[in-house]
Amino acid sequence: MKILVCISCVPDTTSKINFKDNDRVFDEQGIQFVINPNDEFGLTRAIWFKEKIGATVDVLHVGEASADPTLRKALAIGADKAIRIDTPATDAFVVSDQISNYIQTNPYELIIAGRESIDYNGSMVPGMVAAKCDLAFVNTCVRLEIEGSTASATREMDGGMEVLRVKLPLIIGSQKGLVEETDLRIPNMRGIMQARQKPLAVVPATESSSKTAINSFEKPAPKEAVKMVPADDIGQLIDLLQNEAKVL
Amino acid sequence: MSILLFAESQQGKLKKGSAELCSYGFALAQQQNTSLTIVTINCEETDQLAQYGASKLINLNVNVGYFEAYAYASALSEITKTEKSEIIVISSSADAKYMGGILAGKLQAGYVTNVVELPSKSEPLTVKRSVFSNKAFANTTLEGAANIIGLANNVHEETIQSASTVVQQQDAQTQIKCTQTSIEQSQGKATIADADVVVSGGRGLKGPENWGLIEDLADVLGAATACSKPVSDMGWRPHSEHVGQTGKPVATNLYIAVGISGAIQHLAGVNASKIKVVINTDPEAPFFKAADYGIVGDAFEVLPKLIEKLKART
Repeated sequence: MKILVCISCVPDTTSKINFKDNDRVFDEQGIQFVINPNDEFGLTRAIWFKEKIGATVDVLHVGEASADPTLRKALAIGADKAIRIDTPATDAFVVSDQISNYIQTNPYELIIAGRESIDYNGSMVPGMVAAKCDLAFVNTCVRLEIEGSTASATREMDGGMEVLRVKLPLIIGSQKGLVEETDLRIPNMRGIMQARQKPLAVVPATESSSKTAINSFEKPAPKEAVKMVPADDIGQLIDLLQNEAKVL
Repeated sequence: MSILLFAESQQGKLKKGSAELCSYGFALAQQQNTSLTIVTINCEETDQLAQYGASKLINLNVNVGYFEAYAYASALSEITKTEKSEIIVISSSADAKYMGGILAGKLQAGYVTNVVELPSKSEPLTVKRSVFSNKAFANTTLEGAANIIGLANNVHEETIQSASTVVQQQDAQTQIKCTQTSIEQSQGKATIADADVVVSGGRGLKGPENWGLIEDLADVLGAATACSKPVSDMGWRPHSEHVGQTGKPVATNLYIAVGISGAIQHLAGVNASKIKVVINTDPEAPFFKAADYGIVGDAFEVLPKLIEKLKART
């Protein structure tokens, strides 16, 4: 089985978010970039498939050379090959165009992309790729079993779960649940050494233009100070929720 | 040019967020000086949407008995073309986010999710959306021939209009890609996605055996239950209850956090909630800085009293 995992590089979850150039540009100063957590859950499941049932795992990133160390990390934890499509990831439309064009000439049985990136929170790319390549798609996938050319995928819905049966090729939107937090791998020295020998192909972008553009960023208005209620006066809390906040 | 809005239903029943979504759709149509078409799929309660000022109300009958994202996206893509709509409005439910990307791909449309307000500009269409897990907003222009707005949860007032719209039924041909083999849906319980109140527990509860307190408080408030990441990682509660940056987002009216210190990743996932109440033994817990109301106290003492007082109230 050939598996492709699409990877986005995002600020580490503990990052403080700041902007520069009149709030038009995200300030990368001091930011540690990591594999998007939702992609990492998918990558870890892909490596599980590789070890348990045999598969090749490629990782693909649409973006600039600053992402190469993150791709090397994906290689160090077990991916076979990395591909970087060399163009700025201006919006979801461009990213999904690039991924779609790539997989149309380099087909895979299973394509994995995080259900959303934790930077721009778009949740758009996997569905767009599905439509552009006419692939079956299961989003918010928390369980995936593959037998022959058929997959059984569990989707987390609002307030429930459903199991879907689909024919490969398939694209899933991965998230926590697909593997556990404790299954995530930290690159070891052997993996890091091997990663240096593995291919990282930089391929030129295909023609595509964005359909959205960010003009400016803003931060939420500062919060008012918390009102503390004494632990022995619960009535006061109920009164505040009822009459001041009006949420009861 | 018109605005097309998809109001979701489940087993024929309208979803709770439809009222907010349709109110937004009407306000958007007024602002853009155009008309609103509300579309439902396999809905038995479409007439309940008659009061939202739409000039058309269409229920599409699709030959699939469950929500099948590809089929729904195909049906909506077709009707967007026949209605010549240039703006499509959908919600932020799990189903809408599943379907939205497919719809955008099919229509070659511009698409933004987590939109929190009416557009600030029409030419080009400019919307404010939440990014970086609610730590910031991005003012974004939509430049497609057609554009999809995914409205965030709990950001727009519900309003109804006096005129009433007549429901039209239409059949839609479509194809499916995924076959549902089983479904488990919590019945009659509030879900994190659509509850007005969410009660959430953290490590301060000391063990899964103490979750009865969280459930009792949720019951008396008609709330959904949730938990912090460590609690789901330790297996005290299912993953589906984990709220935070890598879990489910919460945008509820009232969020009550019990025994949760408030790690930055947790705050990112819940700070779209309007009112946050924090109960924690540690007065230095970072969550107090992000809270509206706080109680420094032991959950095992505070919760029973709170439950009792709330019960006495009803």
